Amino acid sequence: MTRYIIRRLLQAIPLLFIISVILFVLMQNMGDPLATMGGRTVTKSADRERLARQLGLDKPMYIQYLYWLIGNDWTKADLDGDGVPETPGTRKGVLRGDFGTSLLNRGVPVTKVIGDRLPNTLLLMLTAELVIIVGSMLIGIYSALNQYSTADNVITTATFFLYSLPIFFFALVVMYIFAVNFKRWGLPYLPTVGMFDPQVGKTPAQVAWHMVLPVATLSFVYFAAYSRYIRSTMLEAMGKDYIRTAKAKGLPRPEIVYIHGLKNAALPIVTVVALDLPFLLGGALVTERIFAWPGTGRLFLDHLARNDTAVVMGLLMMVAVAVVLFQIIADVLYAWLDPRIRYK
Amino acid sequence: METTAEKPNGIVQLALDELETPPLSLGQLTWRRFRRHRMAIFGGVSLILIFLYSFGGALFISEAEANFTDTGNRLQAPSREHPMGTDTIGRDIMARTIYGGQISILIGITAMIVEVLLGVTIGSMAGFFGGKLDSLLMRMTEAIIVIPQIFLLLVMAKFFGGSVPNITILGRTFSGSVVIIIVIIGITSWPYLARIVRAEFLSLKENEFVLAARATGTSKREIIFRHILPNSMAPIIVAATLGVANAIAAEAYISFLGLGVRPPTATWGNMMESAYNYVESAWWLWLFPGFLISMTVLSINFLGDGLRDALDPHSRAA
Repeated sequence: MTRYIIRRLLQAIPLLFIISVILFVLMQNMGDPLATMGGRTVTKSADRERLARQLGLDKPMYIQYLYWLIGNDWTKADLDGDGVPETPGTRKGVLRGDFGTSLLNRGVPVTKVIGDRLPNTLLLMLTAELVIIVGSMLIGIYSALNQYSTADNVITTATFFLYSLPIFFFALVVMYIFAVNFKRWGLPYLPTVGMFDPQVGKTPAQVAWHMVLPVATLSFVYFAAYSRYIRSTMLEAMGKDYIRTAKAKGLPRPEIVYIHGLKNAALPIVTVVALDLPFLLGGALVTERIFAWPGTGRLFLDHLARNDTAVVMGLLMMVAVAVVLFQIIADVLYAWLDPRIRYK
Repeated sequence: METTAEKPNGIVQLALDELETPPLSLGQLTWRRFRRHRMAIFGGVSLILIFLYSFGGALFISEAEANFTDTGNRLQAPSREHPMGTDTIGRDIMARTIYGGQISILIGITAMIVEVLLGVTIGSMAGFFGGKLDSLLMRMTEAIIVIPQIFLLLVMAKFFGGSVPNITILGRTFSGSVVIIIVIIGITSWPYLARIVRAEFLSLKENEFVLAARATGTSKREIIFRHILPNSMAPIIVAATLGVANAIAAEAYISFLGLGVRPPTATWGNMMESAYNYVESAWWLWLFPGFLISMTVLSINFLGDGLRDALDPHSRAA
């Protein structure tokens, strides 16, 4: 097992390398970072050249990638433009944990820019994931136990409807009903913008109240995929011989369903959750945009719009590393939970 | 006339017209199974209605009307004159949903074609030739899957975006960004299809009929295109159908986030761009295009689900 994990980790290195090269190339044509630098207008061409030199943008792309990857503190940069490199570089490179500094927030390290937003996204996304898992478990198990009943058919159709609904449309509809119309009817209405009411402050109650709509949006759309999945794994497990044995032994029904059935049906679900978790890091772009949630998704959109490549690149690499790691975790977890599976 | 002949070995031979029902062709069998899938029929019918709406509607309303701005008449609620109201610069929303629908459907279908071309080529090459080529192509596939599609789409929209000249086809002017959106949706969505095709090829190429074809000296090209590919059509057709729905949704997402198709060309997606600023004041801005996107995606998904059951009854997906 240890050897399997080590092999998978080693395999991840070239994969991440390919990803970083692809992304780095894609970053190059995003637009002129100097033109949008933090709102400051760099008009004089001499200033532009100096800045480009400072940021290393005058170098060819492979040198820029090299600097991004391993830093430039081992070499000297030519800042005054006389052709003689004199200033030692300061960047340490991604491999040593330095993702560069944000252009938009001048000089703030990318890791700090992302780190400031990450807790907000994790709070939103983990809550949503929890709601998704609990909700779809209930739905999936209920429909599996009452297969082809009216309730099952209604649930299956309804989840299919939700599954096809674009997230932004669902968000707008719930916003219109629960925020706009509830307000109009004089009912307690849900807030739609931000994490808390600035007049009240960032209290846990405020944050929870502001989370209702975004979490509902995120989870309702995913109920479909998950509950359909749980329904099918549960149906499969309930058709197994050991369930018949359990029934023949006269075990109480809850024990059959939850101990014998669900425990086995939950195995594939664990891996699905593990595979989906890293995608939460990137945040829900659309949901965070609509509900003005200050998370990484909105960070990505804002900094992409202003060509802040360092932050965009950092976010994407963070998601990529997380996805690759969680793929390994999912496989290992699956083998650990199911002794029938052996990796070599 | 004797039609039933007793053969020496005792097997009764039936003449064709004596069979109770004539044998069904593959197409008929598929249609029978498909017909039983009520949701798929519903999906098919509503898709036809949506097609009629956006292509038939063009007979009554001209594109100039869809792009006609009348700032004195902005954000009008639905009325007799504007059945779906007007948008932020006074354009008629109904006319724009008609022409936007055409572009959205066009993007969905052409992006799917790009996806299928890439996915089938890469998947079949990886599956058929195996070895180094396979591992190289699969690393590439993995690299693209690892980044969530929406992130990749936005970065690419930015990469290829900028100022693209308008193009004129059949007397109509399209924003050049339509082509870019088609290409980027195509090149970000092929990996899943490539994996399916690769798996099909891996299992099919071990079959006896491929061995027989090899033994009779059939060329590799013939084996791929005449023997293996036709046998893996079912999952490809299903994936392609669902691919149209994904492409329409993807266009809507990037347009919604403001990096999609540029004006003046309308799509259902870019009609909703910044509509969330008007949730309170102008519900008609987002309700109609949003509803059309949802219905289209839903119908295509139902259709794909029905096709899966009909074409490939053994592989019921979870």
